[in-house]
Amino acid sequence: MQVALRGVAKTYATSSGPTLALEHVDLEIAAGEFVVLLGPSGCGKTTLLRIIAGLEQASAGVIEAEGEGRLGVVFQEANLFPWLRVGANIALPLRLAGIAPAARRARAAELAAQVGLAGFERRWPNELSGGMRQRAAIARALATDPDIVLMDEPFGALDAMTRDAMNLETQRLWLERRRTILLVTHSIAEAVFLADRVVLMSPRPGRIDRILDIPFDRPRGIDVQSTPEFQAIVLELRHRLQEFA
Amino acid sequence: MKRTSAIWGTPVAIIVLLLVWQGYVTLSGVSPLILPGPGAVLRALLRIVQRPATWQAAWVTLGETVGGFAIATVTGIATGVILGRVAWLERALQPVLVGVQVVPKIALVPLFIVWFGFGMGSKIVIAAVLAFLPVLSNTILGVKSVEQGHRDVMTTLRAPLLNRLWLLDLPSALPALLTGLEVAIVLANIGAVVGEFLAGNDGLGHMAVAALNGFEVDVLFAVILLLAAIGGLLYLGIVLLRRLLIPWHATGRASVL
Repeated sequence: MQVALRGVAKTYATSSGPTLALEHVDLEIAAGEFVVLLGPSGCGKTTLLRIIAGLEQASAGVIEAEGEGRLGVVFQEANLFPWLRVGANIALPLRLAGIAPAARRARAAELAAQVGLAGFERRWPNELSGGMRQRAAIARALATDPDIVLMDEPFGALDAMTRDAMNLETQRLWLERRRTILLVTHSIAEAVFLADRVVLMSPRPGRIDRILDIPFDRPRGIDVQSTPEFQAIVLELRHRLQEFA
Repeated sequence: MKRTSAIWGTPVAIIVLLLVWQGYVTLSGVSPLILPGPGAVLRALLRIVQRPATWQAAWVTLGETVGGFAIATVTGIATGVILGRVAWLERALQPVLVGVQVVPKIALVPLFIVWFGFGMGSKIVIAAVLAFLPVLSNTILGVKSVEQGHRDVMTTLRAPLLNRLWLLDLPSALPALLTGLEVAIVLANIGAVVGEFLAGNDGLGHMAVAALNGFEVDVLFAVILLLAAIGGLLYLGIVLLRRLLIPWHATGRASVL
């Protein structure tokens, strides 16, 4: 699914007056593209993602999406419903779409297997580790067969090793279907590893600073992270981010 | 080791209690009109339990308790859901709620008897009034306890309102609500019994007062034990309800009683 943002801005009313969270964002995301929003706290990347997800309203500007896009959203907290078993959580979008229980169960089992949770459908969410919960959240996001997947710092609450593993998982899942993905992160390495394009955002007020094309071939393994080309891009971003401080 | 002490703990505690009780009665020579020994109480209990009048009284008290509890539950949940979701209304009614909370509702018992008479009706009202507030407070709490993250999930899935209420709001509110029901059933029981103390022809509370008037202190103790048994069973009912409705919650786990 293609998404075009034109002149998107967001102002919050706070106790100390209006705060401009996003200044003026023009961005085009092509169908099947993996775009990463990278930036420090306060640069508006999460706000932008939430606006696209429909969780917040833009104060100005237009968001054009081609077709009635189905959204899959993954949050930093897995946000699984503790009163539903893992399988029921994954199947939640299907239940809301009115799909029959047997069909739901089958599809949930498929999705669980896809994210490496085969056999965990009968468990309760609180019996799962953080990484597994996030996998379940991803499976739930994929249940709608979305045109675009929005991920808001999905691995921020995980330890570094699980995070690396989840990065590889995300790439694998993306390569299977080539859905459009928009991922928000503050990890430079994660951004460069996953993205077709990295959208670097600067704070106060939030705006797009620059967009970098990431030229590495897919699938990218962990080895590519040690190559000089990779390191050069990371360094460039790191320097630029330092200038924002 | 831990398992053993868990199993034997309660029976041992009861036996020790009975021994201390009997020991005190024997050693201090206290009058049986003040503190009868466990043997006397047990005999009295066996006596009254064989009388149909006792069971009839128990049913009356139970009926009043459950009736009052049911009314309080329905009205409390309905009001709680509305106040929990309509913030400005809750704020507007806040002084009224606080005012009602601080009044010792037991003090209203004579008033209810004047209004509703000496029969079961007034006891049901008293039970309902006492049980209402914990249900209301906890329903409001439960309704407000829905996590924003979960709401976001439902928003991004474009869930219709009824689905949201059934799949998100209700399950989120249940733990707090059930805690409220636990408190409410105990208060409903208290209300019914106190109502019977003051003005009743029937029920275990009335039987207790009759025993007191007749200086049958052992019977009084026996009635108290029966009341404790009823209260305990009702409370257990709620605990089982909790396990049935929220097995996923820490408080709904089988190991918690």
